Amino acid sequence: MNARRFLLASGTLVAREMTRFFRQRNRVIGAFATPLLFWFFLGTGLGRNFHAPPGAAGEGLNYLQYFLPGTMALVCLFTAIFSTISVIEDRQAGFLQAVLVSPAPRGSIVMGKLLGGMILAVIQAVVFVALMPVVGVPLTLFGVFWALVLLVLLSFGLTGLGLLIAWTTDSIQGFHAIMNLLLMPIWFLSGAVFPVSGAPGWLKVIMLANPVTYGVAGLQMAFFGSRGGQGPSMSLCVGVNLLFAGAMFLGPWLLVRRTRAT
Amino acid sequence: MSAAVQIGDLRHDYPPRTRRGPPCPALRGISFTVEPGELFGVLGPNGGGKTTLFKILSTALRPTAGQAVILNHDVGESPDRVREKIGVVFQSPSLDKKLTVLENLIHQGRLYGLHGVPLQARAGELLERLGVADRASDAVETLSGGLQRRVEIAKGLLHSPALLLLDEPTTGLDPGARKDVWTYLATLTQQGVTVLVTTHLMEEAERCDRLAILDKGLLAALGTPSRLKESIRGDVVTVTTADAARLIEGVKTTFGLVATEMDGAVRIERLEGHRFVPQLVEAFPGLIETVQVGKPSLEDVFVLHTGHRFWTEKAETKP
Repeated sequence: MNARRFLLASGTLVAREMTRFFRQRNRVIGAFATPLLFWFFLGTGLGRNFHAPPGAAGEGLNYLQYFLPGTMALVCLFTAIFSTISVIEDRQAGFLQAVLVSPAPRGSIVMGKLLGGMILAVIQAVVFVALMPVVGVPLTLFGVFWALVLLVLLSFGLTGLGLLIAWTTDSIQGFHAIMNLLLMPIWFLSGAVFPVSGAPGWLKVIMLANPVTYGVAGLQMAFFGSRGGQGPSMSLCVGVNLLFAGAMFLGPWLLVRRTRAT
Repeated sequence: MSAAVQIGDLRHDYPPRTRRGPPCPALRGISFTVEPGELFGVLGPNGGGKTTLFKILSTALRPTAGQAVILNHDVGESPDRVREKIGVVFQSPSLDKKLTVLENLIHQGRLYGLHGVPLQARAGELLERLGVADRASDAVETLSGGLQRRVEIAKGLLHSPALLLLDEPTTGLDPGARKDVWTYLATLTQQGVTVLVTTHLMEEAERCDRLAILDKGLLAALGTPSRLKESIRGDVVTVTTADAARLIEGVKTTFGLVATEMDGAVRIERLEGHRFVPQLVEAFPGLIETVQVGKPSLEDVFVLHTGHRFWTEKAETKP
């Protein structure tokens, strides 16, 4: 009975998220085009200057190839940001308070949001997976499988992180400030833009403490195999992402449970 | 049958505005009971505590102290039980404007555990009853304010709640749409739904079965509109004058009546007010500028119980 209630409530919140997303055409275009442009221009522009150190992730890859898994992580981050900004909008518009005075289990409200962000992110990231063969990296069944697993976990976790921030922020401006200060550096320092092994020691420490690093490393390994360098093992990557996703569900859940509406 | 709403010594303080400041009291201990099937109004000026009370009853806010029991469940202790039984219509619109009318209702229904064919049927039935069925597949943002309100009410009624709570449901509506809402609320009570509605409009308060008047977080008066008005004896004579203090003193010594000053005007309650006016004008030549005689209104009731006019209060304790 309770499980049915939980599924019904989170399912309907996910469905709402999807409907809203696909009904706002500029949002759809922005979501696909922004990371695509990012990848294409940065990848092309930096391509000539990029030489991964021997043994590092990305050795022997050109930058358009190297940067593609990082772009997938960026897609996850952007989607997480967009779908959690809507929490602030929903609060200002009044939709959220109606949800909060409903008997929907608090966990289902969080789950609805996180699944919504996750599904949107994975749909978009799959487009970038399809670009891999275009830039000369053949896809393997094994690679695609693990990439999907990691994208699911990473986008779920990042949406949870976004929700944690959005829930405690009362203005969209405030959210943007935190986004620039916290969320963008999380992406920069994840091995998405430059390999961890090439970074100076102190930066390496920060990067290795960043959970997103394991998402990016896992994606690189899934697509590039041994050319991905001697990064953390796939099981470590999946494990860290699993923990990250779990913690990023638990955090907002505790927060939402504690708050009454408004 | 047990009460629909039972409130006992309910208090709420908002956190201090400055770090060392005192907490801001919004409700200072109010008690009343709403019977099943009543159309119960909570009347008060902005800042009187209406919205705070509404938030507590709708489980959006936990009271600082005291009790609010809805259909045998304590709002503070078991909000989930309460949520199953109440329908809530907030003052600010809660519809998703990007979605259609029907989509809004379907999502709402699922949050309350309804689904499938019964949910479709119930949503259709409510849209029909509220006269918005022909707009079911239109995006909410294309509807007029009055129609959006009706959809809000349909949303609140979807799970057939025993108690419907509405916070100033006619805000921003034209007089015609306003009347429609109130007519529908009256119909609902005939079907056995208890309705609790807040308002700051006297003419709306008149339509309630019973009224609680809130002022500065206290219950100023409670009763049926007609009983409240009867509590004022006779007519209300309002006099404008250049020297209120002298007139009040004079009325007391000459006629033995208690007059009160209100925003520079002097207010006297008197049986057969029209006969009293000539005596009054003759007794204080030159002191009286204008005289007005009226039947007591709910505004007079408010003045009697709070000692100030309805509209002079600034919003104080809003969070």
